[in-house]
Amino acid sequence: MIIVRVQTEAFDPAAVSSTLSAGRTDIGAIVTFTGLVRGDDGLSAMTLEHYPAMTEKALTKIAAEAESRWHILGGTIIHRYGRLEPGDNIVLVAIASSHRADAFAAAEFLMDWLKTDAPFWKKEEVDGKDRWVEARKVDEARKSRWD
Amino acid sequence: MRLHLVYFAWVRERIGKDGESLDFPGSAITVAGVIRALAARGPGYASAFEDLSCLRFACDQEFIDIDASIHDGAELAIFPPVTGGMRRR
Repeated sequence: MIIVRVQTEAFDPAAVSSTLSAGRTDIGAIVTFTGLVRGDDGLSAMTLEHYPAMTEKALTKIAAEAESRWHILGGTIIHRYGRLEPGDNIVLVAIASSHRADAFAAAEFLMDWLKTDAPFWKKEEVDGKDRWVEARKVDEARKSRWD
Repeated sequence: MRLHLVYFAWVRERIGKDGESLDFPGSAITVAGVIRALAARGPGYASAFEDLSCLRFACDQEFIDIDASIHDGAELAIFPPVTGGMRRR
Protein backbone atom coordinates (compact mmCIF):
# COMPACT_ATOMS: atom_id res chain seq x y z
CA MET A 1 0.00 0.00 0.00
CA ILE A 2 1.46 3.34 -1.05
CA ILE A 3 0.33 6.25 1.11
CA VAL A 4 -0.17 9.63 -0.57
CA ARG A 5 0.17 12.98 1.20
CA VAL A 6 -0.20 16.51 -0.17
CA GLN A 7 0.86 19.12 2.36
CA THR A 8 2.49 22.51 2.94
CA GLU A 9 4.76 21.26 5.75
CA ALA A 10 8.32 19.98 5.30
CA PHE A 11 8.92 16.25 5.67
CA ASP A 12 11.67 14.07 7.10
CA PRO A 13 12.76 11.36 4.62
CA ALA A 14 14.54 9.36 7.33
CA ALA A 15 11.39 9.27 9.47
CA VAL A 16 9.30 8.13 6.48
CA SER A 17 11.79 5.36 5.75
CA SER A 18 11.85 4.18 9.39
CA THR A 19 8.06 4.09 9.49
CA LEU A 20 7.97 1.93 6.34
CA SER A 21 10.25 -0.72 7.81
CA ALA A 22 9.10 -0.58 11.45
CA GLY A 23 8.22 -4.02 12.81
CA ARG A 24 8.73 -5.79 9.48
CA THR A 25 11.21 -8.44 8.42
CA ASP A 26 10.04 -8.99 4.83
CA ILE A 27 11.43 -5.72 3.44
CA GLY A 28 14.88 -6.01 1.86
CA ALA A 29 15.15 -2.63 0.17
CA ILE A 30 13.82 0.89 0.62
CA VAL A 31 14.55 3.48 -2.04
CA THR A 32 13.82 7.07 -1.00
CA PHE A 33 14.01 9.91 -3.47
CA THR A 34 13.82 13.52 -2.27
CA GLY A 35 13.44 16.45 -4.66
CA LEU A 36 14.70 19.82 -3.41
CA VAL A 37 14.24 23.42 -4.55
CA ARG A 38 17.39 24.42 -6.40
CA GLY A 39 18.45 28.08 -6.27
CA ASP A 40 21.56 28.09 -8.42
CA ASP A 41 20.36 30.50 -11.12
CA GLY A 42 18.95 33.42 -9.16
CA LEU A 43 15.77 31.72 -7.97
CA SER A 44 14.66 33.18 -4.64
CA ALA A 45 11.43 31.20 -4.14
CA MET A 46 8.76 29.19 -5.91
CA THR A 47 5.07 28.79 -5.26
CA LEU A 48 3.32 25.54 -6.07
CA GLU A 49 -0.37 25.64 -6.85
CA HIS A 50 -2.43 22.46 -7.11
CA TYR A 51 -5.95 21.24 -7.79
CA PRO A 52 -6.98 19.91 -4.37
CA ALA A 53 -9.98 17.89 -5.56
CA MET A 54 -7.83 16.10 -8.16
CA THR A 55 -4.35 15.86 -6.65
CA GLU A 56 -4.80 12.96 -4.23
CA LYS A 57 -6.94 11.13 -6.78
CA ALA A 58 -4.22 11.49 -9.43
CA LEU A 59 -1.42 10.48 -7.06
CA THR A 60 -3.39 7.47 -5.83
CA LYS A 61 -3.92 6.40 -9.44
CA ILE A 62 -0.20 6.74 -10.20
CA ALA A 63 0.60 4.73 -7.05
CA ALA A 64 -1.84 1.97 -8.03
CA GLU A 65 -0.19 1.78 -11.46
CA ALA A 66 3.22 1.28 -9.81
CA GLU A 67 1.79 -1.40 -7.50
CA SER A 68 0.41 -3.27 -10.50
CA ARG A 69 3.83 -3.30 -12.19
CA TRP A 70 6.26 -4.11 -9.38
CA HIS A 71 6.37 -6.09 -6.16
CA ILE A 72 5.91 -3.30 -3.62
CA LEU A 73 5.61 -3.93 0.13
CA GLY A 74 4.86 -0.35 1.13
CA GLY A 75 5.51 3.20 0.14
CA THR A 76 4.90 6.89 0.69
CA ILE A 77 4.53 9.77 -1.77
CA ILE A 78 4.60 13.31 -0.37
CA HIS A 79 4.22 16.41 -2.54
CA ARG A 80 4.33 19.87 -0.99
CA TYR A 81 2.53 22.96 -2.22
CA GLY A 82 2.63 26.64 -1.28
CA ARG A 83 5.71 28.89 -1.16
CA LEU A 84 9.09 27.14 -1.00
CA GLU A 85 12.64 28.47 -0.93
CA PRO A 86 15.95 27.06 -2.20
CA GLY A 87 17.04 24.14 -0.05
CA ASP A 88 13.48 23.22 0.92
CA ASN A 89 12.32 19.72 0.15
CA ILE A 90 9.43 19.54 -2.31
CA VAL A 91 8.68 15.92 -3.21
CA LEU A 92 9.37 12.52 -1.67
CA VAL A 93 8.95 9.06 -3.11
CA ALA A 94 9.81 6.16 -0.79
CA ILE A 95 9.29 2.57 -1.92
CA ALA A 96 9.83 -0.62 0.06
CA SER A 97 10.28 -3.98 -1.63
CA SER A 98 11.91 -7.37 -1.07
CA HIS A 99 14.71 -6.55 -3.48
CA ARG A 100 16.33 -3.39 -4.78
CA ALA A 101 15.47 -3.74 -8.46
CA ASP A 102 11.72 -3.30 -7.92
CA ALA A 103 12.23 -0.49 -5.39
CA PHE A 104 14.53 1.49 -7.72
CA ALA A 105 12.33 0.96 -10.78
CA ALA A 106 9.06 1.84 -9.02
CA ALA A 107 10.55 4.99 -7.46
CA GLU A 108 11.86 6.21 -10.80
CA PHE A 109 8.59 5.38 -12.54
CA LEU A 110 6.64 7.32 -9.91
CA MET A 111 8.85 10.40 -10.27
CA ASP A 112 8.48 10.36 -14.06
CA TRP A 113 4.70 10.01 -13.83
CA LEU A 114 4.36 12.63 -11.10
CA LYS A 115 5.82 15.25 -13.40
CA THR A 116 3.28 14.68 -16.15
CA ASP A 117 0.13 13.41 -14.39
CA ALA A 118 -0.17 15.22 -11.06
CA PRO A 119 -1.98 18.60 -11.18
CA PHE A 120 0.71 20.92 -9.82
CA TRP A 121 1.88 24.22 -11.31
CA LYS A 122 4.99 26.11 -10.35
CA LYS A 123 5.60 29.82 -10.32
CA GLU A 124 9.22 30.87 -9.86
CA GLU A 125 10.57 34.12 -8.45
CA VAL A 126 13.82 34.95 -10.25
CA ASP A 127 15.52 38.35 -9.88
CA GLY A 128 12.39 39.79 -8.30
CA LYS A 129 10.14 38.67 -11.17
CA ASP A 130 7.45 35.97 -11.15
CA ARG A 131 7.08 33.52 -13.99
CA TRP A 132 5.15 30.30 -14.53
CA VAL A 133 7.29 27.27 -15.28
CA GLU A 134 6.53 25.68 -18.65
CA ALA A 135 6.20 21.93 -19.05
CA ARG A 136 9.05 20.32 -20.93
CA LYS A 137 8.86 17.76 -23.72
CA VAL A 138 11.67 15.78 -22.11
CA ASP A 139 9.37 15.00 -19.17
CA GLU A 140 6.77 13.51 -21.55
CA ALA A 141 9.58 11.51 -23.16
CA ARG A 142 10.81 10.24 -19.79
CA LYS A 143 7.29 9.13 -18.91
CA SER A 144 6.67 7.44 -22.27
CA ARG A 145 9.65 5.10 -21.82
CA TRP A 146 7.46 3.21 -19.31
CA ASP A 147 4.66 2.64 -21.86
CA MET B 1 -26.78 22.43 -19.19
CA ARG B 2 -24.76 23.75 -16.28
CA LEU B 3 -21.02 23.30 -15.81
CA HIS B 4 -18.76 24.08 -12.89
CA LEU B 5 -15.57 25.55 -14.29
CA VAL B 6 -12.29 25.78 -12.38
CA TYR B 7 -9.13 27.52 -13.56
CA PHE B 8 -5.53 27.13 -12.45
CA ALA B 9 -2.14 28.86 -12.78
CA TRP B 10 -1.95 31.48 -15.59
CA VAL B 11 -5.38 30.49 -16.91
CA ARG B 12 -6.80 31.60 -13.54
CA GLU B 13 -4.72 34.78 -13.57
CA ARG B 14 -5.72 35.82 -17.10
CA ILE B 15 -9.43 35.17 -16.50
CA GLY B 16 -9.21 36.87 -13.11
CA LYS B 17 -11.12 34.27 -11.11
CA ASP B 18 -10.56 30.73 -9.92
CA GLY B 19 -13.88 29.35 -11.09
CA GLU B 20 -17.54 29.88 -11.90
CA SER B 21 -20.73 27.97 -12.72
CA LEU B 22 -22.18 28.73 -16.15
CA ASP B 23 -25.09 27.56 -18.30
CA PHE B 24 -24.52 26.32 -21.85
CA PRO B 25 -27.20 25.66 -24.49
CA GLY B 26 -28.14 22.08 -25.35
CA SER B 27 -27.66 18.82 -23.48
CA ALA B 28 -24.13 17.93 -24.62
CA ILE B 29 -21.02 19.94 -25.34
CA THR B 30 -17.38 19.22 -26.07
CA VAL B 31 -14.48 20.83 -24.25
CA ALA B 32 -13.70 22.69 -27.49
CA GLY B 33 -17.27 24.02 -27.51
CA VAL B 34 -16.92 25.28 -23.95
CA ILE B 35 -13.63 26.99 -24.82
CA ARG B 36 -15.20 28.71 -27.86
CA ALA B 37 -18.10 30.00 -25.75
CA LEU B 38 -15.81 31.18 -22.95
CA ALA B 39 -13.36 32.92 -25.30
CA ALA B 40 -16.22 35.21 -26.41
CA ARG B 41 -16.86 36.38 -22.84
CA GLY B 42 -14.06 38.94 -22.72
CA PRO B 43 -10.40 39.77 -23.33
CA GLY B 44 -9.16 37.88 -20.25
CA TYR B 45 -10.78 34.67 -21.48
CA ALA B 46 -9.60 35.25 -25.05
CA SER B 47 -6.05 35.73 -23.79
CA ALA B 48 -6.20 32.57 -21.63
CA PHE B 49 -7.43 30.49 -24.58
CA GLU B 50 -5.42 32.00 -27.46
CA ASP B 51 -3.17 28.93 -27.80
CA LEU B 52 -5.10 25.70 -27.31
CA SER B 53 -1.91 23.63 -27.47
CA CYS B 54 -0.95 25.20 -24.11
CA LEU B 55 -4.11 24.00 -22.36
CA ARG B 56 -5.03 20.80 -20.57
CA PHE B 57 -8.42 19.70 -19.25
CA ALA B 58 -9.92 17.52 -16.56
CA CYS B 59 -13.57 16.51 -16.23
CA ASP B 60 -14.58 15.49 -12.70
CA GLN B 61 -10.87 15.34 -11.81
CA GLU B 62 -9.79 13.03 -14.67
CA PHE B 63 -7.70 14.24 -17.62
CA ILE B 64 -9.69 14.46 -20.88
CA ASP B 65 -9.00 15.57 -24.46
CA ILE B 66 -10.30 18.74 -26.05
CA ASP B 67 -12.72 16.81 -28.28
CA ALA B 68 -14.31 14.87 -25.39
CA SER B 69 -17.97 15.48 -24.49
CA ILE B 70 -18.91 16.56 -21.01
CA HIS B 71 -22.16 16.07 -19.17
CA ASP B 72 -24.50 18.37 -17.29
CA GLY B 73 -23.30 19.14 -13.77
CA ALA B 74 -19.67 18.21 -14.46
CA GLU B 75 -16.66 20.00 -13.03
CA LEU B 76 -14.44 21.05 -15.93
CA ALA B 77 -10.94 22.19 -15.01
CA ILE B 78 -8.87 24.20 -17.49
CA PHE B 79 -5.14 24.65 -16.85
CA PRO B 80 -1.65 24.71 -18.40
CA PRO B 81 0.41 21.50 -18.71
CA VAL B 82 1.34 20.38 -15.19
CA THR B 83 4.80 21.06 -13.73
CA GLY B 84 5.13 19.04 -10.53
CA GLY B 85 8.29 17.67 -8.98
CA MET B 86 11.56 19.62 -8.91
CA ARG B 87 12.88 22.35 -11.17
CA ARG B 88 14.08 21.29 -14.57
CA ARG B 89 16.78 23.58 -15.91
